[in-house]
Amino acid sequence: MPTLTEFLILAAILFGLGIAGIIINRKNLIVLLMSLELILLSVNTNFVAFSHFLKNEIGQVFVFFILTVAASEAAIGLAILVVLYRKLNTIDVQSLDALKG
Amino acid sequence: MDNFLSVLVLSVVLLPLLGALIAGLLGKKMGVLVTHRITVTLVGVAFLISIYLFQQMIINQHPNVNHLFYTWAVGGSFQFDIGILLDRLSVVMITVVLFVSLMVHIYTIGYMAGDPGYQRFFSYVSLFTFAMLVLVLANNFLLLFFGWEGVGLVSYLLIGFWFERESAITGSLKAFLANRVGDVGFILAIAAILTYFGSINYPDVFRQVPSVLDKTISIIPGYDVSVISVICLLLFIGAMAKSAQVPLHVWLPESMEGPTPISALIHAATMVTAGIYMVARMSPLFEYSETVLSTILIIGGTTAFFMGLLAITQFDIKRVIAYSTLSQLGYMAVALGASAYDAAIFHLITHAFFKALLFLAAGSVIIALHHEQDMRNMGGLAKILPITYGTFLIGSLALSAIPPFSGFFSKDIIIEAVQLSHVYGASYAYYCVLFGAFLTPLYIFRALFMTFHQNPRYHNDSHHPVKESPWTICLPLIALAIPSIFVGQILISPMLFTQTKILGNSIFVLPQHNVISEIANEYHGAELMALTAGKSLTFWLGMGGIITAWLCIAMYPAWAQFFKTRFSFIYAILLRKYGFDEFNQVILVQGTQNAGHLCYDVSDVKMIDGALVNGSGRLIRWFAAAARRLQTGYIYHYALIMVIAIVALLAWYVGGF
Repeated sequence: MPTLTEFLILAAILFGLGIAGIIINRKNLIVLLMSLELILLSVNTNFVAFSHFLKNEIGQVFVFFILTVAASEAAIGLAILVVLYRKLNTIDVQSLDALKG
Repeated sequence: MDNFLSVLVLSVVLLPLLGALIAGLLGKKMGVLVTHRITVTLVGVAFLISIYLFQQMIINQHPNVNHLFYTWAVGGSFQFDIGILLDRLSVVMITVVLFVSLMVHIYTIGYMAGDPGYQRFFSYVSLFTFAMLVLVLANNFLLLFFGWEGVGLVSYLLIGFWFERESAITGSLKAFLANRVGDVGFILAIAAILTYFGSINYPDVFRQVPSVLDKTISIIPGYDVSVISVICLLLFIGAMAKSAQVPLHVWLPESMEGPTPISALIHAATMVTAGIYMVARMSPLFEYSETVLSTILIIGGTTAFFMGLLAITQFDIKRVIAYSTLSQLGYMAVALGASAYDAAIFHLITHAFFKALLFLAAGSVIIALHHEQDMRNMGGLAKILPITYGTFLIGSLALSAIPPFSGFFSKDIIIEAVQLSHVYGASYAYYCVLFGAFLTPLYIFRALFMTFHQNPRYHNDSHHPVKESPWTICLPLIALAIPSIFVGQILISPMLFTQTKILGNSIFVLPQHNVISEIANEYHGAELMALTAGKSLTFWLGMGGIITAWLCIAMYPAWAQFFKTRFSFIYAILLRKYGFDEFNQVILVQGTQNAGHLCYDVSDVKMIDGALVNGSGRLIRWFAAAARRLQTGYIYHYALIMVIAIVALLAWYVGGF
């Protein structure tokens, strides 16, 4: 059985990958959504790990909530993505700069 | 009795104000006739009351009435009152002021007839009288200042009465600005008095003079000067502007742009006499500052001589008389400087009569010639205007100090007083007034000969023939001619030489300055003084002036021409009035304009508009342009910034640095 530290390191790596995916990704909006999922999963991993090692079930209950929210969020995100594609004919992150000052 | 008198004084002050308000506010509705009837009646009633007051105060020897009507403001330990001081000096002044004012009111009926601003003019003249009365009757410096400013304001309005003329506007502005210069001194003096005496009521101030004598003030660090001297000098700066002493005299000739009645009122009884009156009133202060007395002597002497010199070169009949006023004011100032305050007020009174007479007579000539003021276009009017000629002649003789006319007594006493004075500068002032006595008849008889004698040079229009003025003009002339003849010999003994003088305790003179009492030792009555006039140099100088004028103007005009070409340099200086106007124009006016342009270019355009207004706009635009760069619109940039911020915050929170 791995130790708590190893779980936390795993979660941190996942989180870092997710953040990096958001920042570095310049191409596809779908990759962005996937990176978001990755971040959420890393948080889930933390919850489960702490729940196990601290003998407290509330953490695992939280994971269910987060998974549900993540699923609906992904659904909404994909819906927006489809609408965006219909409107702009692209889902390229680089070209989505309507907020430019 | 005191209450009764103070109510009378209040009515004397307020009646002209009432007249001014009625004429000013309701004049257009009431029409010309009702307006002048009301204002003349009100001033006439005020004059009658002033005669009663004169009788009470001077003949019945009623003690001074110092009455408080109203406390205007209280600030800390200072109290500002509206109150009157009726004493011998003020009662003499109001009688003279109201008499001349009444004559001017009556004269105005004839002079201003048909002028579109008729009612307005009456309103101003009454207001002028009111302001002067307040000035004279005030019992504290603040009310004095109110009257002082009131006189200044109304003189501005009156000089600029014909506001369609550009010269009238500049003249009134000049008068106003020159008076502001004096007001600076006057306000500072009041402030100094309030600081050092703790009160601005005359009796309190005069009582405390001995305790302030030793105090000094260092205006420039390291130089201690006596407080009394500073106060007196500042007061005299105020008097210099009002009484038109060199170098603040420039406004007075310009005041000729106003209608003639107002010239008479300004130059004879009100306004210019205010400074003389004020110094006489403050004699308990001035007596203790010999420095300032010397200053007054020197400035007064300069004014008396050099301004008289200017009158010789003028061709505008009113300007000749205006410069004569300057010169005579110089005489009064000299008398003040020699501590002969009684003599100064005496000359003020006689001068008020004959100068008002001269102005009104000149106005009569002007109106007869349909507003012609240039003496080169007059001449030979003696037969056509007999009353005007006669009264002008009386005024000229009085001004020239020919016995037994009134001017002789007052002027002779002043010259004697200066001769006896030991204050520094007295000998300079003595020679100034002595040779001034030669100049006075020279310029006034030059005007007389040019106007009334010689061949006619005016344009006689058969539709509007030149004829004697109506009775409203002639009556004041005659009424002023009578005192111009007699007032001198009547008043000289009671004013100067009796046990209780007319001005009595209103005037304070230190024993070592008391020149009048020295003269009194040799004085044996007015008649003898007039009869023995031939012994004094003054008389012969005066006669010499008349003869010179007669020779150069009436008999041999070529002589005048000869002097003009022979002394063309001096003549040019005189024509340019010593360059005071040029100096003011170049140094003060253009200097101010240049300073204004400098301020405009540097502080307004560059500092305020450039740096502050546009600068703040530019700064925000620059800042916004820099901030725009952050708004790339890319989500990953925002995310990166968020992450960096979170990391930084965490580091700060966890690491504590």
